[in-house]
Amino acid sequence: MKAIHLLALLPFIGILACIPLVNSVTPYVFGLPFLLFWIVMWVVLTSVIMAVVYKLDPANKEEDAQ
Amino acid sequence: MNAALLIIFGFLAISLYLGIRARKGKDMNLEQWTVGGRGFGTIFVFLLMAGEIYTTFTFLGGSGWAYSKGGPTFYIIAYGALAYVLSYWLLPAIWRYAKEHKLVSQSDFFVSKYNSPYLGILVSLVGVAALIPYLVLQLQGLGIIVSEASYGSISRQAAIWIGTIAVTVYVMVSGIHGSAWTAMLKDIMILFVVVFLGLYLPYHYYGGIQPMFEAVEAAKPGFLALPESGMSPSWFISTVLLTVLGFYMWPHTFGSAYSAENERVFRKNAMIMPLYSLVLLFVFFVGFAAILQVPGLKGADGDLSLLRLSIQTFDPWFVGVIGAAGLLTAIVPGSMILMAAATLLAKNVYKVFAPQASDTQISKLAKYLVPVVALISLYFTFAGGSAIVALLLMGYSLVTQLFPALLFSLMKRNVVTKHGAAAGIVAGVATVAYITLSKTTVGSLFPFLPQAIQDLNVGIVALIVNVVVMMAVSLVMRNRTAVRDKNAHAA
Repeated sequence: MKAIHLLALLPFIGILACIPLVNSVTPYVFGLPFLLFWIVMWVVLTSVIMAVVYKLDPANKEEDAQ
Repeated sequence: MNAALLIIFGFLAISLYLGIRARKGKDMNLEQWTVGGRGFGTIFVFLLMAGEIYTTFTFLGGSGWAYSKGGPTFYIIAYGALAYVLSYWLLPAIWRYAKEHKLVSQSDFFVSKYNSPYLGILVSLVGVAALIPYLVLQLQGLGIIVSEASYGSISRQAAIWIGTIAVTVYVMVSGIHGSAWTAMLKDIMILFVVVFLGLYLPYHYYGGIQPMFEAVEAAKPGFLALPESGMSPSWFISTVLLTVLGFYMWPHTFGSAYSAENERVFRKNAMIMPLYSLVLLFVFFVGFAAILQVPGLKGADGDLSLLRLSIQTFDPWFVGVIGAAGLLTAIVPGSMILMAAATLLAKNVYKVFAPQASDTQISKLAKYLVPVVALISLYFTFAGGSAIVALLLMGYSLVTQLFPALLFSLMKRNVVTKHGAAAGIVAGVATVAYITLSKTTVGSLFPFLPQAIQDLNVGIVALIVNVVVMMAVSLVMRNRTAVRDKNAHAA
């Protein structure tokens, strides 16, 4: 298993596995109920993680060289 | 004629113009028509893929769910983000194979991988059975949006006819090029309208986002989280997972992946798409704002919450802008669905029975099937009835049944045979149909299990049946061929 695959697993852990632990209306964070904040935070993190994956993935470098 | 109506029709005319103009300078063979000659860059592919996500369901249904269901609504942004993670690896693999083999439809992929035109027919029929109700849903949404936003001066029926004719014309003329150009207009509008509404309404009525949520929490404690049973955390997890698997199995989504000019387009989109999907957050805000402002919308009427609150708040011209944005959320996915269904029927069903038909004939037939599919969908839209409602509920689960056979076909050594793939899909689809029609839940199947397991999305059962049957039949058929080979050698 390569590092980028492990990275890609993180959003699944954050958005799926953690849900029973964060299922609460309070506290409000940035004005959002906690559950919604948690999911939104992970959606943003997913974008960041995928950007890191993109940078690390040798497949994108090969095409650059072409 | 009021200002709202004028604006709605103005935008319809612009999109029709853009849609028809998109053809310019292109020789419309089937490959150009359905997959844009595989020449679309990041932005067009992005818009097409986003176009299929921001449908009338997200516009009306996203706010409607927030209004009537609360916390469970959040699953909509959760599955999107995870589906994009999957897309980083899934779509380039699909695209590469499709380009090598010059595929134009989703069924082509199964035909080519499993070397079986009959599997292609099966996949096409499953696809069309899911697509037509999906199109009906878009048309119903279109009717609601335009008639509400025009203050009832145009009936739902008339709005649906006008919208359908416009979309049929530009799909026949420009194919996917038309969808891409109208998607551009649509996304700009939707972005503007939704972000504005999602911020303005909470501030206008409650003085901010958090005060709005606090007011909702005070009126309905716990509404903004997942309930203990029913749409509980285990429902959330299983539903998100199933939806992620089915996400790219819609024939029109699958097919639009072929339109990319290179595979890096998908990897780039996988970074941007999750952020972009947060636009939905503002749709939810509108639904939450409506809870205390336009109370009393029951059941399916919850989907009206966005429009009712907007009409109560804004001048007609702006309601017209909202209506126009809503109209576009129906016709862009509508155009993709029409094209996908027509291509499947022409290329993967008709051509199997008429192998002598030339590519030009198939391409022509696909275009002429567009109005036919449109008319069938119009019929169901107006006739309604329980059949279409049942199909609607099944749509997502139906296409998800294609995922196992697809996944195995992408592996280096595929253990699944064509018989196995077909049997698995049939078994999965039959299970989905039975479950939906009999209103079975995991809880009703296994009432003795803990609540968390009872709340699992019942689609999981269909997927398990699918995989088990697929594996068993593949094993039997493989052994049989092995024995036959052995006998052939012995003789």
